[in-house]
Amino acid sequence: MNARTLNAALAELPETVFSVPGMRCAGCISKLETGLARATGIVGARVNFTAKRVRVSHLADMSMPDLVSAFERLGFEAQPIGEALATGEANDTKNLLKAFAVAGFAAMNIMLLSVSIWSGAEGGTRDMFHWVSAMIALPTIAYSGRPFFKSAWAALKNKRTNMDVPISIGVTLATALSLFETATHGEHAYFDGAVMLLFFLLAGRWLDSVMRDRARDGVTALLRNTASGALILEADGTSRWHPASEISPGMTMLVAAGERLAADGIVSTGQSQFDLSLLTGESVPVSVTPGMLVHAGTLNLTAPIEVTVSAVGQDTAIADIARLMEEATQSKSRYVRVADRAAQLYAPAVHTLALLSFAGWMLAGAGWHHSLLIAVAVLIITCPCALGLAVPAAQIVVSGALMRAGVLVKDGSALERLAEADRVLLDKTGTLTLGRPAPVTLIELSPDQRTVALALARSSRHPLSQSLRQALEAEGVTAADVTEITETPGAGLSGLWQRKPVSLGRPATINGAGLLSTALEIEGHPPVTICFADALRPDAKAAVEGLAALGLTGSIMTGDSLGATGPIARTLGLTAQTAMSPADKLDTIRRLAGGGHKILMIGDGLNDGPALAAGHVSMAPASASDAGQNAADAVFLGDSLLPIVKAVRAARATQRIVKQNFALAIGYNVIAVPLAIMGLVTPLIAAAAMSGSSIIVVANALRLRGAAK
Amino acid sequence: MNGLMILIPVALGLGLIGLVAFFWSLKTGQFEDLEGAGMRILIDDEEPVE
Repeated sequence: MNARTLNAALAELPETVFSVPGMRCAGCISKLETGLARATGIVGARVNFTAKRVRVSHLADMSMPDLVSAFERLGFEAQPIGEALATGEANDTKNLLKAFAVAGFAAMNIMLLSVSIWSGAEGGTRDMFHWVSAMIALPTIAYSGRPFFKSAWAALKNKRTNMDVPISIGVTLATALSLFETATHGEHAYFDGAVMLLFFLLAGRWLDSVMRDRARDGVTALLRNTASGALILEADGTSRWHPASEISPGMTMLVAAGERLAADGIVSTGQSQFDLSLLTGESVPVSVTPGMLVHAGTLNLTAPIEVTVSAVGQDTAIADIARLMEEATQSKSRYVRVADRAAQLYAPAVHTLALLSFAGWMLAGAGWHHSLLIAVAVLIITCPCALGLAVPAAQIVVSGALMRAGVLVKDGSALERLAEADRVLLDKTGTLTLGRPAPVTLIELSPDQRTVALALARSSRHPLSQSLRQALEAEGVTAADVTEITETPGAGLSGLWQRKPVSLGRPATINGAGLLSTALEIEGHPPVTICFADALRPDAKAAVEGLAALGLTGSIMTGDSLGATGPIARTLGLTAQTAMSPADKLDTIRRLAGGGHKILMIGDGLNDGPALAAGHVSMAPASASDAGQNAADAVFLGDSLLPIVKAVRAARATQRIVKQNFALAIGYNVIAVPLAIMGLVTPLIAAAAMSGSSIIVVANALRLRGAAK
Repeated sequence: MNGLMILIPVALGLGLIGLVAFFWSLKTGQFEDLEGAGMRILIDDEEPVE
């Protein structure tokens, strides 16, 4: 297609970033870097230990499974990370940090000069110090002030006002007046105040941005990029892996047990059971036979099958849900953050006050120069330094505490909305339940059978084997010495134990109730059937009660049938709506929101995506679908539901601290503003008041460190 | 006064050097992998003699 020279091709080697959570020590770094560089097709690898990521540059014809298997040969599990998520957006934080560093440098040096002036420098020396201050301050304000000027301008253009409007006006006026003072050999210049203001405010902005980055990185690492491709049967009988974007209708996909479908299709050969819970919320696996339609995103549970692709990309059932989600997200972007709501009252008040003091002193006959000086002092004193720091400082402290407790909150606005929630809607499959089959009849197994079952199960990647292995290992069972283990796809595992043939696999009769099961056979013993069911999460009842105690009445909203939901609803004491489509869930949320409720939506599946996007605030478990995690405002780790209660409690504690901080900031203004209006505030007092109030606000925010306990 | 003429530029210059060094370290990714940098010291670059 495009003629490229060899050199150009070499220079443009594709790079892929992988998340490798399993790296723990220096040995892992060298093992990964040298081991990957030796693998065929891989040119180089660079480990980032802090982020648990590896950047691999490789030849263009290496497919994703090839790369993942290179990691597997070294003994690491790796998941590809989308390039856009891996690099972009972090620049925002970097630019804020640069602006913060420049403001810090300037604030220190100007303060040094200002201290000399306050200690009594006069005449030519004072003028020179003012000029040097001006030369440091002007470029600094031009560079470090940009984030505020830009945002203030954007707000004014839309005829709104935010925190940045009074900041920009205050800084600009103070600088202009100080320049005039300097040129006219005046006594007071506010360069130090203006730059220090930027320094403190940038600290707040930077913290806010760091918080968003940290949570985004955490969530990115959880995303699985599920079914980003499939093994396609080629015309010549060989099979090759294709990324999802290259799959077209008419192709035949080979889908192994435990794989998710990359496209909609019709089963051509093979029989299996499918887990549709991600798409529909239904927990009971569905048997599929040739001729049946299966959807992208569903999980093949038991046997390998071949699927003829019927729809891809925009035409799949998943794409419909994605469209609903996009539509639902808009309501959330209308939320106005606490700091900006405060600014809507604060900014006009500050400006009126400054204007009134100017007019007042003019009437009193002080002359326009003196009056302007006082007006600027009022602006500097009232500039929302503490306010700008109050919210982000509290939010980053609490998000750090929540992260340690296993909740990743995506941004500050999510914490604010979480504190307001007054109703909770829960999905069932995968949210209230674990969303994966767990063995329920292990009690019927003898100790010998357990050790044999573990030995067989741990050598397979089949979902049921994995679940059985986890359950047995959790009970402390050690594996028996089973040799010659072989796996027959679709049938099961067999091996030799104490010279007797043993097997674990598909039961002779498939359970009528649609329950998943597997049969363990040891020669000379009757076969045992191990049944699997989707169990309720531990602490689910405690979590629901905890939420109720916080005033959040809950109810279940599920795509599953009444029969499957009933027992769970009764156990938890919740009302339930069943058999709901994604659009039904969206409607319910809109109806409740219309009635003035603030909904906390908790769900995991693709089918919950629109509801998660539409809820006032939403949370998803780490086991959720990628779409679910992307749509949710917060993700909680682990099997327990209790982190939800902790998160709500911590969010409310944050709102309390934020309100206290606002009260502190207002209290400080009540004392300082009259002084400023009376003309008693010098640059020295302004600087002391500004740093004092900022330190108090940050110290108050630090009290939240234990909020998530 | 003469002392100031020398000392102020020196003080500013030292501060600027610090600022430039910080910008350089940001640009070259010195803060990208803080834990890993400490661990890399422990890696043996040479293969053990067999």
